[in-house]
Amino acid sequence: MTTTPEGRAPSHSSGARGSPRRPRARSSVVRRSQTRAAWLFLAPFLLVTAVFTAIPVLAALGMSLTDLTSRDIRTPLAVEFVGLENFVDVLTDVAFQRSMLNTAMFVLLCVPLNLALGLALALLLNRGIRRLRTFFRAAAYLPVITNIVAAAVIWQYAFAPRGPVNAALENLGTGGLNWLGEPPSAVAAIVMLGVWRNVGTCMVLFLAGLQSIPESVYEAAAVDGASAPRRFWSITLPLLQPTTLLVTVLMTVSFLSIFEEPYLLTAGGPLGSTRSIALWVYEQFGFGNTAASMAGSFILIAFVSVVAVVQFRFLRGKN
Amino acid sequence: MNRTSRLATTVMYAATIVVVAALLLPFVWVIFGSFKTQAEFMSDPGAWFPRGFPVQNYVDLFVEEGFGRYFLNSAIVSAVAVSANVLLSSMAGYALAKLDFRGKNLIFSVVIFAWIVPYVAIFVPQFLIIVQLGLVDTLAGIIAPILVSPLSVFIMRQFAYSMPNELLEAARVDGAGEGRLFFGIFLPLSGPAIATIAILSFLGSWNSFLWPLIVAQSQGTFTLPVALAVASQASNTTEFGLLLAGAVVVLLPVLILFLFLQRYFIQGVATAGLK
Repeated sequence: MTTTPEGRAPSHSSGARGSPRRPRARSSVVRRSQTRAAWLFLAPFLLVTAVFTAIPVLAALGMSLTDLTSRDIRTPLAVEFVGLENFVDVLTDVAFQRSMLNTAMFVLLCVPLNLALGLALALLLNRGIRRLRTFFRAAAYLPVITNIVAAAVIWQYAFAPRGPVNAALENLGTGGLNWLGEPPSAVAAIVMLGVWRNVGTCMVLFLAGLQSIPESVYEAAAVDGASAPRRFWSITLPLLQPTTLLVTVLMTVSFLSIFEEPYLLTAGGPLGSTRSIALWVYEQFGFGNTAASMAGSFILIAFVSVVAVVQFRFLRGKN
Repeated sequence: MNRTSRLATTVMYAATIVVVAALLLPFVWVIFGSFKTQAEFMSDPGAWFPRGFPVQNYVDLFVEEGFGRYFLNSAIVSAVAVSANVLLSSMAGYALAKLDFRGKNLIFSVVIFAWIVPYVAIFVPQFLIIVQLGLVDTLAGIIAPILVSPLSVFIMRQFAYSMPNELLEAARVDGAGEGRLFFGIFLPLSGPAIATIAILSFLGSWNSFLWPLIVAQSQGTFTLPVALAVASQASNTTEFGLLLAGAVVVLLPVLILFLFLQRYFIQGVATAGLK
């Protein structure tokens, strides 16, 4: 599967090449029928995207500039325009500031852990071991396709006061923890769930990156007597840099909008210690503060966009 | 030299096994836990294995908790989402790659734009639109936004580019219409791309949680993940046997498919990872 948004040259050039002597009139008939077919083929996609993506983005932006609450939903034209007031309110809201800090913390903990573990697994499965490679890859990948609600239920059970994790800790002689009831350990549990669910994605992307490094580079280095650690630092890591950047951006975007993990596991608690920006947005929507919720979501979009711009620069550079 | 490399191999196998075992541990918990009785959870919470394999939790789930209905809802949502995506997204991807028309680049920007918008930014207005359309608390409301996906369109476009133009051109010269080209020539040759799209839209729709949670307001419209989340929040860690059996029911269809179509799953989600 190719990775660049721009594929090849537009198809009409090769079409013209295929029949250079085709009369002009005929080719314009073909072109017109292609135009009609193209819009017919695209119509369902465009309709769904317009109704459920384009209009909502514009509506969200519009709502964030008003004093809309859930009471006004039936009469949306009665709301007042308040400019950037919501954005000021949201940014000065202590709970929102806390949610930004929490989100930053999730990103700073989960992204490096995922990168390190994903890379380690990819290295092991790429050259380290040969037998059962497919099995290990599939097994490490299972959490990626796991339903988040099911995963949260399993995690709630595992980290329950009298669950298997605490039982194992007690067997080791250390006391158990009130995992989801205390801020530091609740954060740790969510980080573990986040890493568990994403490590397979990182592994697969790193594996693809590793497989694109030509074997001959390693052979040359081995002839020159480079040790295995030396080969890793001087060949693998530098040549893997585009993949590393891609995985970093991807994971950053993913954890910036983290929602399900804290929502299902801790509902943002204890004491707001796991409330992410996305969860704050969802809560404000639930409280009826629709406009504030939309302002919060646009602040989140701003963060994601910054990262996405980096990603696009990178994709274009690679092309 | 030989001995050190054998040692290194052993260490690497050990490391792989430890990491993979840790990743698989939650699956062990859920499978064994789903066969435990409530009494076992209370009396011996640290036990790894259940005392037996009674299917009582599963029976309760379907008979008393109504999971049959939720399963059916999830199946309907996924079946419609997968069929619609395979057809509609491949039509759009084909048009973007193989048809010549003005505005192509603009439409492709729309695909990319729709692809990167974070979901949390648009679910509120999406919900208001569903309200306006009168689709609140219906399966149609859950399905409507996922009938096509920009990612599927993107995958199909990339695939179509890699297909030689000569076949289509030859048929065109012979007078075949565009519909004929798409259904008669392009689709039959698109097996791998269709498999990827089908799997991605199945994963997306079967595992989707936030949107069905918002749209579904009564039990008749709950999908499996919504029902499971509601149950887990209501019972508040008291009935783990039932909840873990519910988790198994949610996980099983995906796991079974993964067993057979592993390659497409990994390929598909790796592509989705490029988002």
